[in-house]
Amino acid sequence: MILKILKYQLRDVFRSRWIIAYVLFFLVLTDVLFRFGGDGLRVATSMMNIVLIVIPLSSIILGAFYLYNAREYMELLLCHPVKRHQLFWGMFLGLALPLVAAFAGGVMLPYLYNAASAEAWQSALMLVFTGSMLTVIFVALAYYLALRFDDRIKGLGLALVICLFFTIIYDGIILFVIYMFSSYPLEKPVLVMSLLNPIDLGRILLLLQFDISALMGLTGAVFREFFGTPLGMTVSVASLLIWLTVPVTAGFRRFLVKDF
Amino acid sequence: MHCKCNISLGMIPALLAAFVAGGMPAYATHGLSPHSEIISKNSESISESAAEITEANVLSSPMLDEGNSIGNGSGDSGRSLTVGQRGEFTRIADALSAAAYGDTIRIEAGVYREYELLVDRQVTILGIGRPVIDVEHRGEGIRITAENVHVEGLEIRNVPTSHSRDHAAIRFDRASGGKVIDNVLDDTFFGIYLARAHDMEIRGNRLRAYHDREAVSANGIHLWNSNNAVIADNEIIGHRDGIYLEYVQESSITGNKVAENIRYGLHFMFSDDCVYRDNRFEKNGAGVAVMYSRRVKMKHNLFVNNWGASSYGLLLKEITDSEIFENEFSGNTIGIRSEGSDRVKKYRNSFIRNGWAIRIMASSMDNHITENNFIDNAFDVSTNSRRHSRNNFEGNYWDKYSGYDLNGDGFGDVPYRPVRLFSLIVERNPMALMLLRSMFVQILDLTERVMPTITPETLVDEKPLMRKVAL
Amino acid sequence: MIQVSKLNKNYGTVQALSSVDVEIEPGRITAVLGPNGAGKTTLIKSILGLVKPDSGVITVDGIRVNGESRYREMIGYMPQLARYPENLTVTEIVDMIRDIRKSASTSEGRSASTRTDSHNSKNRTADKFHAGEKSAGRPENNGKPAEGQVPAHDGSPDLEIWERFGLDSEKDKAFRTLSGGNRQKVSAVLAFLFRPRVLFLDEPTTGLDPVSSSILKDKILAERDRGTTIVLTSHIMSEVQELAEQVVYLLEGEIYFERTVAELLEETGQSTLERAIAVKLGRQPKVTAETGATS
Repeated sequence: MILKILKYQLRDVFRSRWIIAYVLFFLVLTDVLFRFGGDGLRVATSMMNIVLIVIPLSSIILGAFYLYNAREYMELLLCHPVKRHQLFWGMFLGLALPLVAAFAGGVMLPYLYNAASAEAWQSALMLVFTGSMLTVIFVALAYYLALRFDDRIKGLGLALVICLFFTIIYDGIILFVIYMFSSYPLEKPVLVMSLLNPIDLGRILLLLQFDISALMGLTGAVFREFFGTPLGMTVSVASLLIWLTVPVTAGFRRFLVKDF
Repeated sequence: MHCKCNISLGMIPALLAAFVAGGMPAYATHGLSPHSEIISKNSESISESAAEITEANVLSSPMLDEGNSIGNGSGDSGRSLTVGQRGEFTRIADALSAAAYGDTIRIEAGVYREYELLVDRQVTILGIGRPVIDVEHRGEGIRITAENVHVEGLEIRNVPTSHSRDHAAIRFDRASGGKVIDNVLDDTFFGIYLARAHDMEIRGNRLRAYHDREAVSANGIHLWNSNNAVIADNEIIGHRDGIYLEYVQESSITGNKVAENIRYGLHFMFSDDCVYRDNRFEKNGAGVAVMYSRRVKMKHNLFVNNWGASSYGLLLKEITDSEIFENEFSGNTIGIRSEGSDRVKKYRNSFIRNGWAIRIMASSMDNHITENNFIDNAFDVSTNSRRHSRNNFEGNYWDKYSGYDLNGDGFGDVPYRPVRLFSLIVERNPMALMLLRSMFVQILDLTERVMPTITPETLVDEKPLMRKVAL
Repeated sequence: MIQVSKLNKNYGTVQALSSVDVEIEPGRITAVLGPNGAGKTTLIKSILGLVKPDSGVITVDGIRVNGESRYREMIGYMPQLARYPENLTVTEIVDMIRDIRKSASTSEGRSASTRTDSHNSKNRTADKFHAGEKSAGRPENNGKPAEGQVPAHDGSPDLEIWERFGLDSEKDKAFRTLSGGNRQKVSAVLAFLFRPRVLFLDEPTTGLDPVSSSILKDKILAERDRGTTIVLTSHIMSEVQELAEQVVYLLEGEIYFERTVAELLEETGQSTLERAIAVKLGRQPKVTAETGATS
């Protein structure tokens, strides 16, 4: 049943103009970077900033819009013998998968036809992994918000605020904390704070890939342990996975008891 | 009179060599002096051939050519002694004590469990099919006290760590003019140790140690008070310092591959007028440290992936009047760190994907940084001072530069400020580095770029290049 | 057919339904009326399982509505505003709904057959559907109407109004490009497609031209005659009078009255349903102000 719903969802989403625009955005950007920047490693580095800003924002906004627009459709399906959990996964995967595919395809295609080196591919795959995780997390957040707030202005507004909070304000708070308590041993608290923000997590994963040389400039045993060993990668990926399950579970549970 | 004539004759090739190698005008005045006394007095600091010749003269003049023809493996006058199962000697030590001045000792393939081999007369030691001298952790490998000794084609193994003695695989002790060529040194404490040994050539050796702590390891090639050395094409891995030079003048370090050493790839103290070119320094604890030296030339070296909180591609400390050009610094935590270094010219270098391309401390001044490429560094330039910069950045290519060139002269019309606000934040609060590449930090930087208030006003490239420097 | 007892539903502090008891009889058309915010939609959505009541019991044909999805196999629903995935064509939408129904009935049928026969009615429904599946391809059944019982059909879809609406010309258009009227027509087709035993029609004629509206009304009456239970909401009282036999009037979350249309007219002495309801409400002074909103 989930696959049935998913099948028609995918058919719908892949025909929509915005998903085509989304693919083209990443495709053109990566291609242009290849043309001007040269090697795939540089391209991936440049794409990093885009990925960390564009993906959370577009995923949460598109996700919320999509779900608000699908309200009547979901009601309709629920009047057929469809179970709620089936509909939820159908709808969730029906948006998250196309977004991931659009992003991954848009980024990787130029790597393919530019015959990037193995090292560049490794960076590109890390980029795609991180971007995909962020996509799914922010689509899940959007779904939760859209299910929680029937008023779409409120839902979309909150989506924007959450996005802004995670992309900018949160890091401002971290910097503030670092400044205010600079005389205290803050290594662990700062690391933990970063792990609590999915965008920071994604950023750290990518830093491990692209800026390890700079990160190694951090003094302190905790940082050395974290960034200098596979520990950092493991913890970041694990935290990202935890981050993934939280909004998905919240959205799912909300969906089961929601009044349409 | 006869003596005087002899010296003058000897001086001619020496002078030529000196001009070709170092081109030191100061030497010429000394060299032209007719008094041999002056020459020998200065021999420690003067060029290779001069010192060699002076000492050769003291022994006997017909031997003058001998020192220069050692490369072919056997002296004209010397006998050839063979060590091996079918040779005249089974032990190297016996051959050494039987050898006479100018002899060649040929060591056939095999494992020789000997140690503390003393070479106290001028001989050539040639390994045939790479014989192994296994020291078995008992002491030093070969100790050379004679001039012009040539060691080639050996493998020396298992020289023990010692806290009281500087065990080396091959040591030259007050013995100049020697050559160490194509040897393999495996699991040693010191590899090649030169003390007051001048005019040495160390070429094509492979040195490998397996220590992981600074305290129990020693340097690969260690020079102390030894001038005019040529250290070329060696591979040095896993030592404390790959190459260590202290009080070494006018030497050249060329084409070496120095990797994964615990402390520095190359460590340079009080050593003026040296040149190093075409070396590759990779993944060393702290890259290359050049300290307290003058007139150093560093050309076309590769500094790669030297990572760590106090790690540098190149550390300049109290370096003056030097030139750093056509090098590539890539993937280092810090490309170049400059402390108290003045009048250093850095040009035509590439800084790629370093954490910090250049950290220039306020104690450095009158440095000229021109025509370099800065590409994909987390920070291009950082400094610990917000005040006036006394260094000149001009005509570099910065990949982060976003200005325009309306008059088409190849230089951007808007100056570029390579010091980001964030780099000052990190300077004060290193932990803030965690926020690298975050949106918040980018906004901070952008604000600062639009309205510079905190970053040093004069640390500016007034003529940023629009295109990469072709190298 | 449908029993609702002591149904309560709060939205925050707003009491949408309070202790509602309704019985919707089989084979009739019942209109659920009331002013905006009276709880009509909440009541219907509760029966459809879209809204989870706080308390109370709803049964449809003896099956208790409690997170159970299978009873919806006998339900057809035409919402006030239908929206399907924008980029699917009309044909694809119809196929999709059929696909979903099919997949639901096969998976449910399998699980139902493993159960004991304690829920007779459930199994009956499932079996019926299966019977239809097996004998697909038989000509459309035009069985005679029977009191309160829909005659067994062969499971082939009911495409009668598809043809009467002339939707063939629209079938390859994306839903996004359809006019409001055509969207409504698609929605109507999908409601009747599976020959449901219970039909919920929410403002069914909104946006339809008079011809289509008549076609739809004819179809509704024909379905009623076949014994289908129909629940209807509408703002057009003449339409209600034309179609419905029974009126359930909701006010502020409670059943205000429940009468047959004939009873209402007789009781109030009016000739139209609109006036009859106005009179009925006018007797209650405190709600006179709302009369205007009632239509």
